[in-house]
Amino acid sequence: MSGKVKLHYFNGRGRMETIRWLLAGAGVEFEEYFFETREELIKLQQSGVLLFQQVPLVEIDGMKMVQTRAILNYIAAKHNLYGKDLKERVLIDMYVEATMDLNDLIMRHPMQPPEGREKNLALIVDKATNRYFPAYEKVLKDHGQDYLVGNQFSRADVQVLETILMMEEMKPDILAKFPLLQGFKARISNIPTIKKFLQPGSQRKSKIEEKMVPQVMKIFYG
Amino acid sequence: MSGKPKLTYFNGRGRMESIRWLLAAAGVEFEEDFLETREQYLKLIQDGHLLFDQVPLVEIDGMKMVQTKAILSYIAGKHNLYGKGLKERAFIDTYVEGTTDLMQMILTLPFSPPEAKKKNLPLIIEKAKNRYFPAYEKALKQHGQGFLVGNQLSWADVHLLEAILMVEEKEPTVLSEFPLLQGFKTRISNMPTIKKFLQPGSQRKPQPDDKYVATVMKILKEG
Repeated sequence: MSGKVKLHYFNGRGRMETIRWLLAGAGVEFEEYFFETREELIKLQQSGVLLFQQVPLVEIDGMKMVQTRAILNYIAAKHNLYGKDLKERVLIDMYVEATMDLNDLIMRHPMQPPEGREKNLALIVDKATNRYFPAYEKVLKDHGQDYLVGNQFSRADVQVLETILMMEEMKPDILAKFPLLQGFKARISNIPTIKKFLQPGSQRKSKIEEKMVPQVMKIFYG
Repeated sequence: MSGKPKLTYFNGRGRMESIRWLLAAAGVEFEEDFLETREQYLKLIQDGHLLFDQVPLVEIDGMKMVQTKAILSYIAGKHNLYGKGLKERAFIDTYVEGTTDLMQMILTLPFSPPEAKKKNLPLIIEKAKNRYFPAYEKALKQHGQGFLVGNQLSWADVHLLEAILMVEEKEPTVLSEFPLLQGFKTRISNMPTIKKFLQPGSQRKPQPDDKYVATVMKILKEG
């Protein structure tokens, strides 16, 4: 039976956050089950519901879906956020794959030992500023449209906004050299479903506190 | 102009190999441009061919595509290897993500320090035997069909075969407890386009050697 979408994860961003963003952007309500201990994760693994013993797990449309990309692809296609043909889809895929590369670096950053953190931050800022953001800035410049692909709202807009905001948390003036991305950020943030997600009290998760990192690592790695 | 897709990458497997496999399985002929010097790579960047300064690059249907997953999804979609409908696509995506994770571990192995290599190989084999292959064995068992999804050849089957062969190169007996995967491997390997790709002289690349690793590191100036 259908019913609400259910997310299984720990109470933090991790790999589930992009899924929360996309559901929210699509105006889809969802419930969340948080596990807080390693035992709870192990119980989930033993129940046989996790195809590869990993989370995220999203219950949607009678399926128990795992693998972040598979879940995102399904939600995007179902809610008309994946372009209108193969060519638009491949542009969207190119753009979101890059955001996922950058998100991965951001996600792993708190796990760096203290000595390596400053250097790692510089690396991430360098990649955002010199590799990823210039590409998106150019895309917007070249077609002069409001959205990244096909002149309509898509998952690419949601995912790029998510990444921009996470990068701003690391370096507030990260968009200084990217005027079109600044406009993009303001515009997409004001889309009603996104605006709602950005308000306090939404299911958007906060950046992980440093003191919580060992606890989270323990849940996943024991 | 259309014409054959053109692949730009190092002369070895890396992230491009899955793309070679999928094009071959779809019966699509392709050309290859191999990166041999850092100068070639920097020129590609300067000339604006690489959206994120990275390869793989595949020029196809008038587009300069980057990002392995984007390229693979496009090829699969174009050549009817992506299932029929959202739910089949979801299954294919899920299975492909699993084989991607498994192959990624093997792909990065030659680039890790010697002690890490020694430690990680047994872990990879363990994951193949305890996490990934059981999932695919079970999928085949549950529906009893010859292909992973929708009773027809898809990207998921091609990707799984590639992963199986890659793990077998490291541990030849890895499928010993997976009878359905053994049958799957034989069946998919015998499909005409795939059989052709598995013959000597095809564009399939050999396992990476020290020379390959050195070339990649030199070109990317990493590590």
